[in-house]
Amino acid sequence: MSGAALIEAREVSCTFTVSGGFMKEKRRLQAVSRVSLRIEPGEVMALVGESGCGKTTLAKMMMGLIAPSEGTIEIGGRPLASLPRMEIARSVQPIFQDPYSSLNPRRSVGSIVTQPLRVQKDPDPETWRRRAEEMMEFVGLPQRLFNHYPGQLSGGQRQRVAIARALVNRPRMVICDEPTSALDVSVQSQILNLMQDLRSELGLTYLLISHNLAAVEHMASRVAVMYLGRIVEEAKTGRLFDSPCHPYSEALLGSVLTPDPTLGIPDTQLGTSYPNPLDVPPGCSFHPRCAKAMPGCSVRAPRRVPAPGGGAVACHLHDEGAALDTVS
Amino acid sequence: MAAAPILEVESLNVAIPVPAGTLHPVQEVGFRVTRGHTLAIVGESGCGKSLTSLALMNLLPPRAARTAGRLALDGQDLLGLSEREMADIRGNRMSMIFQEPMTSLNPAYTVGDQLVEAERRHRRTSVTAARDRAVWLLEKVGMTGAGERLRQYPHQLSGGLRQRVMIAMALMCDPDLIIADEPTTALDVTIQAQILHLLADLQREFETGLILITHDLGVVARLCDRVAVMYAGQIVEEGTARQIFRTPAHPYTRGLLDCIPIPGKTRRGAHLGTIPGIVPSLVGSMPGCHFADRCPHASGACRSGPIAFRDGAGPGHRYRCVLSLPSGPARPDPAP
Repeated sequence: MSGAALIEAREVSCTFTVSGGFMKEKRRLQAVSRVSLRIEPGEVMALVGESGCGKTTLAKMMMGLIAPSEGTIEIGGRPLASLPRMEIARSVQPIFQDPYSSLNPRRSVGSIVTQPLRVQKDPDPETWRRRAEEMMEFVGLPQRLFNHYPGQLSGGQRQRVAIARALVNRPRMVICDEPTSALDVSVQSQILNLMQDLRSELGLTYLLISHNLAAVEHMASRVAVMYLGRIVEEAKTGRLFDSPCHPYSEALLGSVLTPDPTLGIPDTQLGTSYPNPLDVPPGCSFHPRCAKAMPGCSVRAPRRVPAPGGGAVACHLHDEGAALDTVS
Repeated sequence: MAAAPILEVESLNVAIPVPAGTLHPVQEVGFRVTRGHTLAIVGESGCGKSLTSLALMNLLPPRAARTAGRLALDGQDLLGLSEREMADIRGNRMSMIFQEPMTSLNPAYTVGDQLVEAERRHRRTSVTAARDRAVWLLEKVGMTGAGERLRQYPHQLSGGLRQRVMIAMALMCDPDLIIADEPTTALDVTIQAQILHLLADLQREFETGLILITHDLGVVARLCDRVAVMYAGQIVEEGTARQIFRTPAHPYTRGLLDCIPIPGKTRRGAHLGTIPGIVPSLVGSMPGCHFADRCPHASGACRSGPIAFRDGAGPGHRYRCVLSLPSGPARPDPAP
């Protein structure tokens, strides 16, 4: 944890106001609450958690698409809020889940891939086509597709167009929100391989958001587990997958179905379903589903403490100070 | 597996006229499902797995033509049945669970109405008796406050709960066979594990045959007894889960298994296997092996004519390929 972070979120929160219904009071939904996350250059940081846990909101804040309600985000040591939008876009670019809806169907591949150069008013318009073609070749798209439209491409080719568009301006960081979940198994592996190659060749840093925990384990160097808007555990990939500390991480990783025919369906013991984010349980928000909940868990929110084996965890089980409080 | 099959399918074909000719999305598909056992039909998008399930239920779009050598449920031929007779079987002796429970439940009716209707359509039971069974089944599928739930509308339930309602609905008439088409794809992994656990328990308890249609190899390995791998309209390999995952024989199955990272086996960050090329068009006739254009072992023999099944590594294992069985397990067991 030395050197300058490429991007760092400090205690960021994001609150949305949602309608409570006709003639009812508006309610506040805290999508992300006091999250700190530091991403070093060259890392692949993964964010995992169930739908609705705030992964995408956090990623959008890191791209400058949503302003945090509290806290600050810095890119290369400079606060994101003070940077012009164009400059943020030059260093951080997204790749989205569904290449069927993230590409304009009425624009040709060439026009989609050169668009970031146009938007950024790149000074050498005569090089745009060449640079776009170079980038297409880099991501494995034949140049003959330059004048094709997204509707003429397969899912894997479309996702390659989305990747070429994100990379044509040579950003330092790419935020990949479920980059492979809309693709078939045999295409997923091609895109994951491509992402690995691009990372080492272009020196990219990834924030990878994914439900596919096998892909996360394969790609990521560090993983942050989110639950109801908070990061409950964060560690190097090996440590997290080998010995998860937080009971939620344990349940989440335990529910991954590896293709092993000798094993059955795991019992996650998560019991009740995901809580309503409008009505967050008091204390540790995970306590109603936690198999190891203690009396204090429903009262006090856990602190973030160093985890055994490295990383950090927010759980009373690993907070010795808190355990003593419970005993006394 | 000496038990009589609950479902027998032989040479099932589906043909759909399209402007360019005739599309053959399902070709010569055949399998058996035994009571209390699970068959997975696994494959990538467009391989014909969902159309196969619709063809079994006779729910194909009107333009599509279904032909089969044999299609029998518990010995009863389904091919000659009229639409009316088939409607009596559908939802009664054969029921279906779809991927997206929000679109398959009627948003204008309560959960209770829909569950009760499912039984009252087929049985002469009183509303009260049907309601009692609905409550009992909702409790079986792990829903708390089942009595209250009957009065709720689908939009008031979470995705996991809606899928539980779908499962309860599929069980209302105590069917012989359930076809579940991607039942957990729209759900989070934690909920997926719970729903699959539930399906496995209920299936054992009710001795139902289950056909699970999915693209998720993890689900297949953990839940299913037998696996049929489909590629471009055909079954290319069929066997027990252990045979398919331990000694896969068809180059497509082997390629597919190499594409997924397996913790402890695939080196972290190493390149994953890929299957180059794209799925062939199924319009018109295609004499040889459908996988030949993407297969690393393809030769002239693959394209000359229909490929017959060969016997695989053990009883009940067969694969559609000209190659003899590859030697040695593709995926050695992890060290004990």
